[in-house]
Amino acid sequence: MIASPYRYQLRNYTDRIVRGACVVALILAIIPLGLVLYYVTAHGIGGIDLNFFTKLPTPVGENGGGMANAISGTLELVALASLFGIPPGILAGIYLSEYGDKTFGRLVRFSADVMSGIPSITIGLFVYALIVMRVKHFSAIAGAVALAIIMLPTVTRTTEELLRLVPDALREAALGLGVPRYKTTLRIVLRTALPGIATGIMLAIARVAGETAPLLFTAFSNRFWSSSVNEPTASLPVQIYTYAVSPYEDWHRQAWAAAFVLVAIVLILNLSARVLVRNKVR
Amino acid sequence: MTYEAPLRSNPSEGKINLNVERGASPRRDVRRDSPRPMRVNSEATEVQVHVTGAKMVAEDLHAGFGTAEILKGISLPVLDKQVTAIIGPSGCGKSTFIRCLNRMHEVVPKAWAKGRVLFDQQNILGKGVDPVLVRRRVGMVFQKPNPFPTMSIRDNVLAGIRLNGMKTKQADAEVEQRLRQVALWDEVKDNLTRSGMSLSGGQQQRLCIARSLAMEPDVILMDEPCSALDPIATARVEELIHELRSQYTIVIVTHNMQQAARVADTTAFFYMGTLVEYGDTDSIFTRPKERKTEDYITGRFG
Repeated sequence: MIASPYRYQLRNYTDRIVRGACVVALILAIIPLGLVLYYVTAHGIGGIDLNFFTKLPTPVGENGGGMANAISGTLELVALASLFGIPPGILAGIYLSEYGDKTFGRLVRFSADVMSGIPSITIGLFVYALIVMRVKHFSAIAGAVALAIIMLPTVTRTTEELLRLVPDALREAALGLGVPRYKTTLRIVLRTALPGIATGIMLAIARVAGETAPLLFTAFSNRFWSSSVNEPTASLPVQIYTYAVSPYEDWHRQAWAAAFVLVAIVLILNLSARVLVRNKVR
Repeated sequence: MTYEAPLRSNPSEGKINLNVERGASPRRDVRRDSPRPMRVNSEATEVQVHVTGAKMVAEDLHAGFGTAEILKGISLPVLDKQVTAIIGPSGCGKSTFIRCLNRMHEVVPKAWAKGRVLFDQQNILGKGVDPVLVRRRVGMVFQKPNPFPTMSIRDNVLAGIRLNGMKTKQADAEVEQRLRQVALWDEVKDNLTRSGMSLSGGQQQRLCIARSLAMEPDVILMDEPCSALDPIATARVEELIHELRSQYTIVIVTHNMQQAARVADTTAFFYMGTLVEYGDTDSIFTRPKERKTEDYITGRFG
């Protein structure tokens, strides 16, 4: 009865085949990532020089110059968008996780899910109608609002999901010590989930840092430094788009370099956030 | 019928009064000189019982979730500086009962409680009572050890003090005192900055007890504190309960009848949300008055 070599072997073969298929699928999934990084680095790194970081774009058709304004513009847009998008997102996530079991909570959750499916260009149009048409000019503020709206559902849902992962035992432990509920939520629940939430937020930032469509008619672009957040502002994605479709060889080089810098910015933001919120006790 | 058992057993000369003689640290002595009359009864017969040294008293306590009633009128004293064990089969309302004693019951959605729970003669279920303040006086230890994972051992001990914005004169001394109190100091004194999660289950549970002791509660509620621990760790926690009862009033819920027999001065037997029998532990386990109690402790059901 115990000796049934055929069935045992069959199971072993099945195991190997399925495991092999998983490995192949994994490799297929990683190849595009690897290729993207390789291409961006290979083409981009050659275009990087000091001018790229310090100079403004040259007039059309002229070689040289850089993207100093677009780099700072992207950082500015991302910072403003984070300012507008992350706090309400985190608060909404706390609400959904800690208080949102009622009808209103379900409604908010559903809205967030619908929102995260809206094409980003639609959000750009919405902000165009909401802000740009009223004040009659493009601005960094408008661009940041568009990006913040794109971030909002991601931040909200990530925060909610990660807070839900915090065991109720910890909430009870704190409440049982006579800690008020708001402090329990902020100092225990949120604190425990913080590394995960930070990662989720970084993903949201990374996503909007590369958004082009919603910026086209909100922040627009600028060939010069913008002196305030009320002016059209250059950004790396829009600049990449403009340069990549241009007929000039030197602009292609700069578009690749810009893509490389964009990836590097996202990567650095991501890593530094992880280091900052890492759990200190082991 | 439920609440008659304790009343019948000893209105005046039973364990309830005898226990007043038990030692208590002077700092925490809140006992009155004369016995005070107290109602430990509800609907049917109004019987006045002299219970001295009752730290907490539940009076006709009903509690449940939504339409389900878990506790169907519990009246039970919790004697000062004593260990009260609550035994009974799963689902009989033991946990719900002790969670009513520090207003932790209401944390769960749809939970409700009616009746009275007196703490030093004040009804903590009454209007205007801040549950947060109740929980600082009536601490709780849970079934599964739950140290805060983001905090070190040291910070876990100080967690209640810090989160409540209280001042400690000397944090280091406080940490040492509390960890010594739970006999954990020697095991962790060189690793105070490590995560509380790095400890074994039994150590974690003692850390959680230390954490609640740091709030200087009058009463400590323990909800099956050993059910997730191995026999050795269980023995350590039981020893600890023995140590603590000179200074604290302890209520322990347990599935383990030997444990109740070992640690408790008085024992209450719950069944289906009612109190079947209450009395000093020895008589509950050797001369139970109710048939149900006897069946349960001899393992015929439950």
